[in-house]
Amino acid sequence: MATLKLKKSEGAGKRAITDTNLLLTITIVVFAVMYIGAMLFLGRGFLRWQTFFNILNTNASLIITAIGLSIVMICGSIDISVGGVVGLVTMCCAVNLDYQGGSPVTALAIALGIGLAFGLVQGFLVAYLEIQPFIVTLAGMFFARGLTTIIHAEPFNVANEAFLALKDTRITIPFLGSVNNSGNFTAAYMEIGVAVALVLVVLAFVMLRWTSLGRSFYALGGNRQSALMLGINTKRSLFLAHVISGLLAGIAGYVYIMHSASGAVTNADGMEMNAIAASIIGGTMLSGGVGNIIGTFFGVLSLGTIQNIVSSAGFTDAWWAKITVAAMICLFLVIQSIVLARKKQTE
Amino acid sequence: MTIEKTKDDNILKRLLHSQMIIPLAALLALVVFNLIADPSFFAITINQDSTGNSVLAGQLISILNNGSELAILAIGMTLVTAATGGQDISVGATIAVAGSAMLAVLCGGNMRPDTLAAPIIVAFLFGVVVAMVCGAFNGVMVAVFKVQPMVATLILYTAGRSIAAWINNNALPIIPADSGFGVFGGFIPGVPIPTPVFIAIACFVVIFLVLKFTSLGLYVQSVGINEKAARLNGLNPTFIKWLTFVILGVCVAVAALIKVSRISTINYQTIAADIEMDAILAVALGGNALSGGKFNMGSSILGAYVIQFLTTTLYKFNVASAALPAYKAVVVIILVVLSASIVRAKLSAIWKKIRSPKQAEVEAVK
Repeated sequence: MATLKLKKSEGAGKRAITDTNLLLTITIVVFAVMYIGAMLFLGRGFLRWQTFFNILNTNASLIITAIGLSIVMICGSIDISVGGVVGLVTMCCAVNLDYQGGSPVTALAIALGIGLAFGLVQGFLVAYLEIQPFIVTLAGMFFARGLTTIIHAEPFNVANEAFLALKDTRITIPFLGSVNNSGNFTAAYMEIGVAVALVLVVLAFVMLRWTSLGRSFYALGGNRQSALMLGINTKRSLFLAHVISGLLAGIAGYVYIMHSASGAVTNADGMEMNAIAASIIGGTMLSGGVGNIIGTFFGVLSLGTIQNIVSSAGFTDAWWAKITVAAMICLFLVIQSIVLARKKQTE
Repeated sequence: MTIEKTKDDNILKRLLHSQMIIPLAALLALVVFNLIADPSFFAITINQDSTGNSVLAGQLISILNNGSELAILAIGMTLVTAATGGQDISVGATIAVAGSAMLAVLCGGNMRPDTLAAPIIVAFLFGVVVAMVCGAFNGVMVAVFKVQPMVATLILYTAGRSIAAWINNNALPIIPADSGFGVFGGFIPGVPIPTPVFIAIACFVVIFLVLKFTSLGLYVQSVGINEKAARLNGLNPTFIKWLTFVILGVCVAVAALIKVSRISTINYQTIAADIEMDAILAVALGGNALSGGKFNMGSSILGAYVIQFLTTTLYKFNVASAALPAYKAVVVIILVVLSASIVRAKLSAIWKKIRSPKQAEVEAVK
């Protein structure tokens, strides 16, 4: 009787700390420690709610691309074209709004169309022609970046009034805010893009956890052969994962231009790397099968926070932000590797 | 008669089945395209350069010259790809690091030196050590911590250019023109062929000898094909994977020397930009499986020059350098689609269908 009980509790303990949960916990703890540390040692700026929401405001499009990337990575694939697609979408939207008399609606249609087109083509090549995803999406990135310069090489600011009105729409959060120097209470605000990003986070979370498509992504990434034997249409799942990633990159492009309101070739430069970094920090395993969208969300927040910390701690030189991001990726990769090694030992 | 015919058939078949066919076909397509578009592409002239040397000039020479760094990188990239089944995307950034380190030694703290602060060989060796340390770091992440190569090298890809800027405190050291440092990226006085070509050939000879007289190639391939089987046969896969990254580090240092020497200074953000993509493409174009295993070094090197051929061709047709990637991407997609095993199987099935009535005829005559 006693041994039975012991076994039961052991089993329960194991179930409580799965890979996903462990990595997610590590991510959230690291983020919390970082933010609280910044509050204690760097003070004022980090004590204001607006600082937190500004991190969200600047990184809304990164959150959206990182969701797409996490989904693709859970399938055991990768999509490095997202940065290029975001750049291309911003340029096309800007040109449409300013030179072709477009409206926010036509721009949104363009954004979704471009994202979908990239997703469909890349998904087809990766899933049905079985070409390495890295090569396909690398070519996709090249194509998007090159096309951006062909469409318009000079940077410019969008002057479309309807769009600027949309851009300046703010969602204020009345109960969160801070008292400024003159003693007035100012409520914290966030941009529409953040709301879009948060909705997408919830949707992706629900999709991955409770729909058969979402579960098939995990099965596919965990072991493709077994997934096939379970009767999952692995090709279709992989195809759809890439389509979702492309579509999300299109939306991210629209959110990006809602924040920056400019068309420039350098838009979203290196965003694919930040998105991969956010996913890794958030506990998505590159080998596939393990990952969590909530973790990805905290991954983006951690990235944004560390960049904020580095710049407010006096390391204003541009290189420090990148070096710290790289160090963070390194740290989390080592943690993942140790988790994997431990899992293999217990098996 | 019949014997000769079968021999011909054999040579053709062997060529068709060899890896070389992919880069050769691509090269042929480019040559034919250029011949039709503008035959003057192939003209080679003798020009006087700024120091009064008579040197060879022309598009073909510039392909050989500018393709050197890429071909040297392709050597290391092929080994890394074969052993680990992944690619190193940090080579461009580590070229910046190694180049920056070389310049730091050459200038010795003074950003505008009149003479070199250290012999070039010392600076070069320091650069080699720095690049090897970068390679060793990548190697440890991949071989010991079992991180996917592409992601492990993402670390240095992200941080490399920042580290390079940090080494020289974001200042731009400029090497004096009369110091002789420009020789490695330019011309040796009296020799009409660009020096990078000689450096590249020297690298090819070294790697050829290494592959011929040591078991490196065999070990790398066996680790790439089946790591477990390699370990059971007494190899140390961790060490071999790590070693390929260190070898790639040496290649990076040589490429960095040429790159830095070409302009006698450095631009941390643009030096060797996107070269990692070209190097990976060279390996893929050479018909090597990007998932690791068997490799053909000559094929990769040929692939590198084909990529450079494509770049030069696009430049000649006044494609802006920023728009270049779009065209390259289209070429790459066509290549990978054609070489995908599923497409190949479908194509050969169609080919057989077309040929089968004829074949039946031939057999009937016999």
